[in-house]
Amino acid sequence: MTLDFLVCAALFVGVVAYAVFGGADFGSGFFDLTAGGARRGAELRTLVDHSIGPVWEANHVWLIYVLVIWWTGFPATFAAAMTTLIVPMLLALLGIVLRGASFAFRKYAGTLRQARLFGIIFALSSFLTPFFLGAVAGAVASGRVPVDGYGDVWTSWLNPTSIFGGLIAVGTCAFLAGTFLTADAERSGHPGLADVLRQRTLLVGLGTGAIVFIALVPLLDDAPTLTHGLLDHGAVLIVISAVAGAATIWLLWRRRYVTARVTAVTAVLAVLVGWGIGQYPWLLVDQVRIADAGGPPATMVGLLIVVALAGVIVLPALIYLLRLTQSEAWSHADKSGTVDRTS
Amino acid sequence: MHLVATVLTAVPAPPGLFPAREQMALSLGWHIILSCFGVAFPAMIFVMHRRGLRRNDPVAIELAKRWSKVSAVLFAIGAVSGTVLSFEMGVLWPGLMGRFGGVLGLPFAFEGLSFFVEAIFLGIYLYGWGRMKPSVHVLMLLPMAVAGVIGTFCVLAVNAWMNWPTGFRIVNGQVTDVNPWRAMFNDRVWLQFAHMWVGAFMVVGFSVAGVYAVGLLRGRRDAHHRLGFVVPFVFATVAALVQPVIGHVLGFGMDTHQPAKLASFELAETTTHGPSPIRIGGVVIDGKVYGSIDIPRIGSLVAENSFSNPVPGMDTVPLADRPNDGEINTSHWAFQIMVGLGSALALGVATFWLARWRRRDLLRHRWFLRACAFAGPAAVIALEAGWTATEVGRQPWTVYGVLKTVDAASTHSGLWWLFGVTVVVYTAMTVGAVTVIRSMTRRWRDGETDLPSPYGPALGGGDQR
Repeated sequence: MTLDFLVCAALFVGVVAYAVFGGADFGSGFFDLTAGGARRGAELRTLVDHSIGPVWEANHVWLIYVLVIWWTGFPATFAAAMTTLIVPMLLALLGIVLRGASFAFRKYAGTLRQARLFGIIFALSSFLTPFFLGAVAGAVASGRVPVDGYGDVWTSWLNPTSIFGGLIAVGTCAFLAGTFLTADAERSGHPGLADVLRQRTLLVGLGTGAIVFIALVPLLDDAPTLTHGLLDHGAVLIVISAVAGAATIWLLWRRRYVTARVTAVTAVLAVLVGWGIGQYPWLLVDQVRIADAGGPPATMVGLLIVVALAGVIVLPALIYLLRLTQSEAWSHADKSGTVDRTS
Repeated sequence: MHLVATVLTAVPAPPGLFPAREQMALSLGWHIILSCFGVAFPAMIFVMHRRGLRRNDPVAIELAKRWSKVSAVLFAIGAVSGTVLSFEMGVLWPGLMGRFGGVLGLPFAFEGLSFFVEAIFLGIYLYGWGRMKPSVHVLMLLPMAVAGVIGTFCVLAVNAWMNWPTGFRIVNGQVTDVNPWRAMFNDRVWLQFAHMWVGAFMVVGFSVAGVYAVGLLRGRRDAHHRLGFVVPFVFATVAALVQPVIGHVLGFGMDTHQPAKLASFELAETTTHGPSPIRIGGVVIDGKVYGSIDIPRIGSLVAENSFSNPVPGMDTVPLADRPNDGEINTSHWAFQIMVGLGSALALGVATFWLARWRRRDLLRHRWFLRACAFAGPAAVIALEAGWTATEVGRQPWTVYGVLKTVDAASTHSGLWWLFGVTVVVYTAMTVGAVTVIRSMTRRWRDGETDLPSPYGPALGGGDQR
């Protein structure tokens, strides 16, 4: 266990947490978009608003955590990735800006017209960030970020691995969000809404699964190091992911929404960890190994102290927040539709 | 003017340099205002909310509730504009992050930690209205306030380090012997932190008080408006009176460490024999000062804390390390605007409390309320001017004396496009925020509350359950 490895593991935990928590947030945009007109979609949009409203700021911070640990712990690779992947990075950023702002604006909008405009921006921009961050992951995983940076601005992310990475990210986010929203709808006493969500989530799940299988073919050619790793030491996790994904579909079909959430998260976790293991020991695949990318040792120790502090300070608070949002007292007020009308 | 800098440094500037600087100025300048609200607003809401609970005062509770909603909007766009900055560190300044990320990164990591705490407790607080025990609910503001202090310290630690770098050595062009703790707790950080932290309270205190001053001007002289004015105004008062002292102390030592910045501030092109004057206004053109009003000796007093020591002029700085005329003038004017506005604000609050001590209530006077309405924007301008002064005054260095801005900037040529998009997006975001907050306040005035749900006109009847 070297310092570099530990810090990289902490970084990867951030990536995974962002993908799961932030991913579920982003995916809700898909359901918000497809909810229908203002009247018909109001119920679903209210659900989206209530389920991500309290947590989206916190979920968003995982991305900051990842960026900060990356540039502090592995500064040269951060500069390399940012200069090479400037276009998808900035488009992902555009999604974050438009989405974050319009979500808040919609919540406090003065008129229905305003709310509708902000809602459309919120929903559409929810696709940008997962797609382009997925493309970034694909670029790194297929060895397209040169160690000195300034790789090709276009081909670095306009390639099969990146495009499939983006599509899978979008699909995964929507699938996660759908599973959680369906359970939320059921729990808060909206069985009709749960049925609608169940149907859409099943479609999204099957679609995403199909994309993942199709992606395997071009990946063999386009990202050989990654696929080799995936089929070699990552194989178990890929199997787990496939089984958990299929189980989620089955559970949704059987209306076992609470259990479906567990398997959905398992499927996503497994595929993410599989990717991490498949890529190991490379930080930038085929370019820089984790062991050769680390910053000064004193800084790495400092980062580990920050991570430990985060475990002590942030984690309990975060769990408290997540528990509150799931608790009866909170969801009770949600049901009565009196959120922010307590004055 | 930036083209002149290129000629002076005689290094071919990367095409990304100028757009990167403009981009950073825009996005940072925008974010700073919102971060002030993140730092100072929770403390004010806490005081208001606690007052409401202790005195069983529904007016105070209502104010705290409204402020928390405004802070939710501001925090959301502050979070995204802060994320923009995280990306920009790498996209615009790869030369800085690639080489020095390991030195300057640690405070950013702590900042991330405090931001996490802030975001979590904001979520709890906002959604806790009517759902938590009131005595516990109000306490959720405290972690936010503390996180604001730590976050400010961390960001200022990085900036202070860029101004007075320490905690590493450069051997054969390689950065070695990195001590990130030393870099974080550098000699300048405490004063810079204090200056910014107090500045945040000035911005938020005056801005919020100004909103209620406008209401008072329009004849809404109820308890709601008086209380909404007084609480932030007290915060602003303390901040405005302390700030000049911190600012003055912050200047100590600049003459030896950053003579070019001091010379820019004071418009000191040549070192005087004997005491230096203070120069009000004026511009530098080709090394000569035109149109300034000089007051003898005061320059020495302000910069050197002495009536006799001369202020070292730009002539003490090697030619290649000097900022160009445009940068000198920018930072000189920005500095004077900051000092001028800061002094005016300090004078204004002092007048108010002095009058109150003499049993005169200036809130009855329209001229005072008008001045209060302008105090918020004035504090914002002072803050922006302060940042402009210190950042432009540091040029041509990104890390003072170690890394030039030309070497920090990206070599990408397309950054003007990015800048154009940023201008459009930030303008839209500003318009959106102003529209939403304004319509929010209009609704409150009409006695309505928020839309029950986004898009949700039909949901009100309760028939959906």
